[in-house]
Amino acid sequence: MNTAESFAKLPVAPKPPLRRFHQARWDEPIIFELSAPGRRGVAVPGPGAAPVELPASVRRAEPPKLPEMAQLHVLRHYLRLSQENLGVDLNIDVGQGTCTMKYSPKVNDRFAGAVAELHPLQHEDTVQGVLEIYWRLERMLAEISGMARVSLQPGSGSAAIYANIAMIRAYHAARGEGHRDQVITTMFSHPSNAACAKTAGYEVITLMPDAEGLPDIEALRAAAGPRTAALMITNPEDTGIFNPRIQEFVDLVHEAGGLACYDQANANGILGITRARDAGFDLCHFNLHKTFSTPHACGGPAAGACGVSEELAPFLPGPVVGFDDGTYRLETPAASIGKVRPFLGVTPNIVRAYAWIMALGGEGLRQVAETAVLNNNYLMHRILAIPGASAPWGRRRVEQVRYSWQELTEETGVHSEEIGVRAADFGVHYWTSHHPYVVPEPFTLEPTESYSKEDLDEYADILAHVASEARSDPAFVKEAPYNQSVHKIDMTSLDDPGEWAPTWRAYVRKHLS
Amino acid sequence: MTHPYIPNAEPGVRAEMLAAIGAASVEEFYADIPAGLRLDRPLDLPAPFVAEQDLVRHMEGLLGRDTGTDRALSFLGHGCYPHYVPAVCDEVNSRSEFLTAYAGEPYEDHGRFQALFEYVSMMGELLDMDVVNVPTYDGFQAAGTALRMACRHTGRSRVLVSAAISADKLSKLRDYLAPDIELTLAPVGADGEVVVRGLDDSYAAIYLETPNVYGVVETRGRELAGLAHAHGALLVVGADPISLGVLAPPASYGADIACGDIQSLGIHQNYGGGHAGYIATHDHEPLVAEFPSRLFGIAPTKVSGEYGFGDVFYDRTSFAHREDGKEWVGTAAALWGITAGVYLALMGPQGMREVGETILARTRYAMDALAGSVTVLHPGAIHFREFAIEVPSSEALLGALRERGIYGGVPLDGHTVLVCVTERHSIADIDRLAAAVQETL
Repeated sequence: MNTAESFAKLPVAPKPPLRRFHQARWDEPIIFELSAPGRRGVAVPGPGAAPVELPASVRRAEPPKLPEMAQLHVLRHYLRLSQENLGVDLNIDVGQGTCTMKYSPKVNDRFAGAVAELHPLQHEDTVQGVLEIYWRLERMLAEISGMARVSLQPGSGSAAIYANIAMIRAYHAARGEGHRDQVITTMFSHPSNAACAKTAGYEVITLMPDAEGLPDIEALRAAAGPRTAALMITNPEDTGIFNPRIQEFVDLVHEAGGLACYDQANANGILGITRARDAGFDLCHFNLHKTFSTPHACGGPAAGACGVSEELAPFLPGPVVGFDDGTYRLETPAASIGKVRPFLGVTPNIVRAYAWIMALGGEGLRQVAETAVLNNNYLMHRILAIPGASAPWGRRRVEQVRYSWQELTEETGVHSEEIGVRAADFGVHYWTSHHPYVVPEPFTLEPTESYSKEDLDEYADILAHVASEARSDPAFVKEAPYNQSVHKIDMTSLDDPGEWAPTWRAYVRKHLS
Repeated sequence: MTHPYIPNAEPGVRAEMLAAIGAASVEEFYADIPAGLRLDRPLDLPAPFVAEQDLVRHMEGLLGRDTGTDRALSFLGHGCYPHYVPAVCDEVNSRSEFLTAYAGEPYEDHGRFQALFEYVSMMGELLDMDVVNVPTYDGFQAAGTALRMACRHTGRSRVLVSAAISADKLSKLRDYLAPDIELTLAPVGADGEVVVRGLDDSYAAIYLETPNVYGVVETRGRELAGLAHAHGALLVVGADPISLGVLAPPASYGADIACGDIQSLGIHQNYGGGHAGYIATHDHEPLVAEFPSRLFGIAPTKVSGEYGFGDVFYDRTSFAHREDGKEWVGTAAALWGITAGVYLALMGPQGMREVGETILARTRYAMDALAGSVTVLHPGAIHFREFAIEVPSSEALLGALRERGIYGGVPLDGHTVLVCVTERHSIADIDRLAAAVQETL
């Protein structure tokens, strides 16, 4: 018999409109503060053979001041930190525009685990299974892009952009056109197009958007010429706008003797709809961690894929996988740029991407694209109903939108970053934009195919609520967050060489000594 | 059927959403794509396995054709190493919260910032350096960027690179430095160590690797640091962090930049997919300014006793300034950084010393065991984890060993094989290799 006095009635009331979220707050110390002398997390087998005496010139004099902790305490510390993190598996991750945050099927992690103990220099006869996966994924990406060959070596999207530039450089050099020293890109293409081109030795020309939000074709006409090595362009751009004149862009660059290179980071809405090669592109790249579902892993390991036309194929990084007489073999292309990364590629992610496509097929990929685009247009419909939010240029969008809070900011003084931080109090987040902020007070949403209508409604409701808070109590929003692992951070010391603390030892030296 | 990965493909909800938007079909959203660019047929891809269990069967069929190093006795190394991976490393890096997160702010992703800050901090202790990057792709990229940093820092465009590095890494460096930096190779001496001659004031850096491609521990680091500094150049040292519990950290003999791969620290071989690169310097502002990578640092919050985190000196990066930033930054290998941090916390100072001692002793034991039947190169040098042997035919030897269930090593050329020994190889494993080599020759 329960003798306690009742203080709540059945039935339980319905949930309030907004989730009463609170992020884990473990108030966890820095790991060095958990150390106690003599403890250890794992044991190591002894040598079992005569020890090697090192001369003083190469011997470590003092032991490293690593933490000393028992195994449970290491595990607990990191599990607490993991709880203070917000992955796709836990939130409605539509706010990380350009990044294509989609569900990474759990079963694919199992397949990835099956390659854990393969060494990349095993004899080919002992790795026919994984080589077949490389081969089959290459053929599938060739079909999706229309390209002749695909390298799966680069470690990420930016590394793939760099590999493409390196191939462009090698291609022109092989034709005696090494004088081509300019690369043209656009402001709404990923900044790595500009940055990689610069690293590879090119002068970078950036086309700004015209009055319609498209890269200015007149500026391209003026820029393209005998010095043009390539156009590096994203389409749809990070605004979510598909450039309907893309063919003309490619043709203009070809007429000038340059190559056209397609950054397909934003391919999720156009799978099976339109292909890079069909628009005349000579090279392209995909981010397997975006479009092809491999997990983002806090920022990698990722994987990039470079697709090229027949003409560029000899320049691919080596090795690539060839198939002959029922056997898969490693081959180095004739005029290969060499290595962009150790070994063949980020194999666990190659395996995951392959399995993802194999779970969907051609029709499934098209359904991915169409649903991603539907979701985006539905979310845009909801966001544009929020007073103070806008989508500059008012054009159609494909799979994402770069929005603006300009009107809200002018009215309330609350900035886009601050709205994003407050939104995190409800268990979601968003990203603003790359720099510079061409769209004022930007936020970029990309609701991939993974999210339900209910998810999109919840997300829009949260932003609507925060926007109304900005109107009613701007100071409150500016002091957010409230429901996070930590409170508002003072970032000013991070740019001061006298104060910054990029490691614990630097912190101890500057601030605790 | 509505695909399990695509909730809104369900026709009812799809119709509801289209109606809300006021669109007749999704075709309207594609109106900007000209008809001539539209693919007018379905993608020609294999029939899918929509049921998870069918996909599992298909994948197991493919992956079951591999014979991994767990089903053989493997002495393969050469840039990817079979060190023991503690279970806690796998447990942490498979957590959904870490595995599926990306680039949240230091609030909703506080855990990622702290875990990576702790990783760089533990690397800093191991390296005796105050600044370590959030990981770049791999050790190749780390070396390429470290040399570019040295060139920008000194305003010079020549580097002297040890020839005792892997051919693949050299290939990467040649490509990466190609447009504006001249790369000269410093030869390898008979003792297996690099020989530096002809350095002058035009060089930005000497790049030294230790242990080098032959597993030889370079002993003249201090001398080379002095030489580099006398010419106004930097000493850049590639070092495997797993050796640094016993070997002197590069900073201790005067290195200005340390770099390398962290795959050894709690990350499986992954058929070459387990790599991540570190770059480290002292807290010297002009050199810090040359990092392209993100650097995470502690910052205070509104609440006393609470650690916040953020980006240190973000203005360096291509995120901030596109082509005017340093090289580029993007998604690289953060989760491997978190994993390496877990590994270092588990091992602690004792574990790192012990694993180093065990590797040193077993490497020497293996060299002695094989010396009876083959020529061991550089026998007088200190070796860590790898050594080279000369044989009549690399292919014949390795083929014969493979028939006995042994992956005997990596062929460097037709007559030279690189053998790798870690703490995972027992004395009995090494004896088995030595016996098999003797038998097959």
